Order: sequence, then C-alpha cells, then structure tokens
Amino acid sequence: MSERPPALRPGLRLENGADPWSRFAAATPARINLGRSGDALPTRALLEFQADHARARDAVHGAVDYQRLAAQLAPWSSLEVNSRAAGRAVYLRRPDLGRRLAAADAEALAAQADPAWDLALVVADGLSAQAVMHQAVPTLQAIRAALPGWRLAPVVLARQARVALGDEVGQILKAPLVAVLVGERPGLSVADSLGIYLTYAPAVGCRDSARNCISNIHGAGLSPQDAAAKLAWLATHARRLRLTGVALKEDAAPAALSVTPSIPASHDSKEGAGR
Amino acid sequence: MPRYSTLLAGERHVFEDLRALMAAASPRRSGDELAGIAADSDLRRVAARLALADLPLATFLNEALIPYEDDEVTRLILDGHDARAHLPVASFTVGDLRDWLLSYDADEAALAALAPGLTPEMAAAVSKIMRNQDLITVAAKCRVVSRFRTTMGLAGRLGSRLQPNHPTDDPTGIAGSILDGLLHGVGDAVIGINPASDNLASYITLVELIDDLRRKLDLPTQSCVLAHVTTALAAMEKNAPVDLVFQSIAGTEAANAGFGISLALLEEAHQAALALKRGTLGDNVMYFETGQGSALSAEAHHGVDQQTVEARAYAVARRFRPLLVNTVVGFIGPEYLYDSKQIIRAGLEDHFCAKLLGLPMGVDVCYTNHAEADQDDMDSLMTLLAAAGVNFIMGLPAGDDIMLNYQSTSFHDVVTLRHLFNRPPAPEFEAWLRRMGMIDAKGRLAPQPGDGRAARALLAQGEAA
Repeated sequence: MSERPPALRPGLRLENGADPWSRFAAATPARINLGRSGDALPTRALLEFQADHARARDAVHGAVDYQRLAAQLAPWSSLEVNSRAAGRAVYLRRPDLGRRLAAADAEALAAQADPAWDLALVVADGLSAQAVMHQAVPTLQAIRAALPGWRLAPVVLARQARVALGDEVGQILKAPLVAVLVGERPGLSVADSLGIYLTYAPAVGCRDSARNCISNIHGAGLSPQDAAAKLAWLATHARRLRLTGVALKEDAAPAALSVTPSIPASHDSKEGAGR
Repeated sequence: MPRYSTLLAGERHVFEDLRALMAAASPRRSGDELAGIAADSDLRRVAARLALADLPLATFLNEALIPYEDDEVTRLILDGHDARAHLPVASFTVGDLRDWLLSYDADEAALAALAPGLTPEMAAAVSKIMRNQDLITVAAKCRVVSRFRTTMGLAGRLGSRLQPNHPTDDPTGIAGSILDGLLHGVGDAVIGINPASDNLASYITLVELIDDLRRKLDLPTQSCVLAHVTTALAAMEKNAPVDLVFQSIAGTEAANAGFGISLALLEEAHQAALALKRGTLGDNVMYFETGQGSALSAEAHHGVDQQTVEARAYAVARRFRPLLVNTVVGFIGPEYLYDSKQIIRAGLEDHFCAKLLGLPMGVDVCYTNHAEADQDDMDSLMTLLAAAGVNFIMGLPAGDDIMLNYQSTSFHDVVTLRHLFNRPPAPEFEAWLRRMGMIDAKGRLAPQPGDGRAARALLAQGEAA
C-alpha cells in the first residue's frame, strides 16, 4: 500500500488497509460487489432480485380494500368511485380511461357538490395498491390535522385511477383545490410509495405542469406528517396565489419543505404514478 | 391525400392516407392502439403490409407524413436527402427494398453507401414488412463506427455504457458503482450518469468526478452527465470537463419542443462541444437517447405511428454525427409497449432502422415494473441484439436503476454477452483491461474475489499513476 496521501477525490479516496466496499456500500443502495458465478449473478443475489421484482408486481396488480380504508377513516365520510377503466389490464393500456370517472359515479358525486369546500381529497390506487393500503389513512389524517379550519370534502376513494381523475372529481365537487394521493410506480427497493399531486382550479383537461407533487411517502422516505406539512404549505400558498404548478416554486418554500413541480412524462424523466 | 387499398381474402381494405397505411401495417402495440391508429384486426394489418410492399419508395419523397411547412424535422429529412445515394433503390418498391437488403448484394459497403439515400420513413416502412429475423440479419451487416477516446462499433466488439446512477447523486455512492462496473470490464462506450437533479452545480461535480477518475486510472473512455443540453452548455461556459453532450430527442418539432430543444439549440451545443477538442481519436461528441412513444406522450405525434416517429428522431441524431445513440426501449411503460413481445420487437426495429440510416446505435434493454416483462425477456432481447451487432448496451449494478426505478441490463449481462459471442469491448478499453490485469489466460474477464482485493488493487494503481 502506498504511503502517499490519497489522491482520488472525492468519492474514490482509498483508506489504507480498509475494504473499499464497506465505504461504498454505505453510500449507495446499488447492488454492487455481488461477485460472479462464472459470468452470472450468484444464486442468492439472483433470487433476491426476483423477490424484489415480485413485490413490485404484486403492488401493481393488487387491489385496494377500500371498505377497510373507509372504516379506518370513519367518522370522516368517504365514498368509492371507479374510473372508466374496467380492470387492471385496461387501466395499464389506456391511461385516458383511468383519468375519467365512470358515468354513474360522476352523477352520484354531484350530490356532494358544495362551493364552500376548501379542498377535495382523492385516493387513487395508481400503480401501487400497497402504497394506498399502508400510507393513505395516516397521510389523510395528518393532512386534516395540518389544515385546521379548512372545509374538506368527503374523501373520494377511486379504483383504476390516475392522477388526472382528481380534475373531474374537483370540478364536480366545485372545490377550488384537489389533492390526489396516489400509489406510485413501484421500484425494486420500495413498492409502497405514495405521492400527492395538488391542483388548483381542477377541471378535466388540466395539464401536468399545472400541478405540484410531493413524492416518496413511505416507511423509509417521507413521513405522513412531513408530507402533510408540505401539502399544507402548498395548499395555503396555492389558495393565496390562485395557482399550482411551475409558478408555485420550490425556491419559495422553506428549505425543510422542498417540493417539486410536476414534470411531463417522457422517457428521460422518472414517470410518476400513473399520471 | 391519395387513398391506398388492397384486396385480401375477398375484402377490399382502404387506407385513408400514407400515415394510416403505415400505422395499420405496424406490428400490434399498445401505443398505436392508445392513439386510435392501429389496425383493428390481424387481417387488416397484413392487408396494409401488402399495400405497403407495393408502394414505390419514391412516394416518401413526394408525400410528407408531417407537412414540410409545419415541422423542421420533415424539412431536415427532405432537404438533407442524398438523391445520388438513393439512385440504386430509386425504382424500388418497399417490398423490393426488403428483398434487396436481405440479398448478398447488400453487403457492408453497399449498405453504408445507401444510408444517406434513405429517409427515416423508408426505413420504418421496410421494417414493417420484415420479421424479427430479417431485422437482425440486415442490421448485422451494417457497420457504423464512431470515435472519441475509444472506437465504437467495430466488427466483433460489444460496447457498454456504465450507468452508475444514484438517487441523490452522492459522489461516493456513484464512485462505488463506477468501480464495480470497471471491475466487470464495463464502460468503454461512456460512463454516463442520469443526474437526480438537473442543475449546473451537480452537473459540474459529476463530470469532474468522472474526469478525475479517468485521468487517475488512465482510462480510455468518455464521460457524460445526461442532463438537459442547456445545462451542458452552461457547464461548458464555466470550462467544466465536458466530453459528450447529451440530449433526449424525438421525431417531430413539437415533441422536441416538449423536451425544450430545437435543431438550432442542438447545433449550438454540438459546436460548443466540438470546440473543446477533447476527443483523442475522433470528434463524435454527441450522445442521444430516443424511444418509441415519446411523441404520443407529448401529444405531438401528428397521427403518425410511434415506430415511424421514432425513426424520424434518427434523422435528428444523424445530423449531429453522434458517438452514441440508444433507444430506451422499455422505459416508457405498458401504455406504449405493453409486454415483452412488443418491447422485443420495438428494440429490434429501432436498432435496425438506426443502423440502416447510419447511426452508431445501442439499446437500453429495459422494462418497468408495470410492464408484462422480466429479466428473462431482457435476456432474450439482449441476446438477439448481440446477434444483430448492437454497438452497445447498458451496464448497471445487477440491472437495477435505483434512481430511475426501472430495470436494465447488468454488469453481469455485459460479461455474459462478451463471452457468449466472443465480443470484447472497444480495442483501447480492452488494452486497458489487459494492462490492469483483468483479463485471464483464456482472454476472459477474470472473476474478482469479493473481499475488496481487486478494488483495492485498481485504486492503488490509480493512485500510483
């Protein structure tokens, strides 16, 4: 080992005698230093990968038990709706159908319309049933606690739903703001991450650039309380400024409340949960 | 617009215009169904192919799928068409072109000479009447070589991009993935990072990290941070060590506008990167990514099927003589490519069309967790692409992108294909691996013990240099 001072910076500094992998492994969740069986992955690493992929697929294809969620939310009232996508296979192929309410449910929802609502709340299964099952109720309760005095519409529990379904819900309820809590596309490391999209003046046809997004609400990520605090900050400013989206800037938020405007889906941007 | 029709099984199938004919002739895929332009039956799909096979190639020079006046990509395609190179196929129908491409007359030299005479629409059209086997056979005859500090695309070689992404751009975490990749012989095409945040400070930190490592290890490769082209321009203004300038591109002016780019902006970035003269072997300084469905996703497809729009992106890429181009074929999701059958077909189409048009094409063989696909399917596609002579694929730790949350090919996959097909990396990079003692007596990449010995040795050599 050379006695000269470490020459590589900043990430590749060599500490005398140390196994470099312990340092790198502490700095990344990437699957590094797995070794090889011939050319291929060793058996254990291969099967761990398959387990993580299976968890992600089960999250995508699972169904939310909305009856259980409604019971947990009571006495806060809620109602179930369906999108126009009949089943998961259609939902995955036809994002346009997942953005609109089934006709009968749109009619039923109209009975709840009230111009006095401050905020409509929608739970959308999106691409992870597990995210909704694990995070939706604590997040909703934290939101209610973070917005004292706000008149919150009954929680809309939506099946086969994408973010934009909230536009139609908000429009029908005559709410000035809608927050959609949606199961995010599962990764191999986290399969139950919830996101929140906030939209001012929701109406069918709103653009994704007119929303703000809070992402990564899960056990190892953002807590329901922190997410609710961010949403409360955004909702308060959205109401005052009468807008959401790129103009409601991250820079304006306190550092602890860093939020991002929603970006259009493309092949070089991380596609959020079923926008 | 003229109508096209064909008689099949006693039924006359009519196609309203050339766009409709092309869309109906496309192999089934969810994106064209979502756009409402796919054939509504298998028989109609074949009827469209029969009509397309009889279509004179020259039709594509006289009838623009997206109007010349409305779209700068159409203008680039038609104004840049090389009529002399086109002469050998000027009298062909689309069907004749397929037969010729498969013939023994169409060798490496003939195909290279033809490339500037083909438009993306011609390449897309002929691909629609070719089986996967045909796409592989013809692509394997095409050779597109590009150079910066390594020579990419030589016969009998397989390149790899080392993709060490990290959810927070942590330099130590990224360095760990780079080190692991190098120990697997990955990274001759580029060490390319998708940054978690597209800002100038982070861009400069990351290009400096790779550049530092490259110089310390005397590593023959190039770096790239896959941020927006305007970020790269700003970094070059600050004299950051920018090797390759990256941009995602699409096949229509409107879709490119959705990416925040135009041909003029790409030209500005191309000139800025050329002026740095950082390449030692050549001056191919651009890196582009594409992918079917991006134009539809941006509502900028003009009713053109997603595979044809994708091929039009290759005209944009070709204009700037890139070192690397790759389609990110399974990233966009099941609403565009539903399952492994559609992803595999699209990957082979994209590779074929790009090679035919003269691009140094690689493929990000990948899928998301909501697509009907898994690692077995990626094994199939990467093996087919190796047979087709793909210029490069991706190498990630176990194939798991912890920042973009999708799965691609792994360091191990690169090792597997190299040994299975006897395709070493770019010669300059291969020589480096030998110097570093990473090649065993049988010419294979030697397995590394998991105790950190190899990593320590590599780092120590870097420090001693």
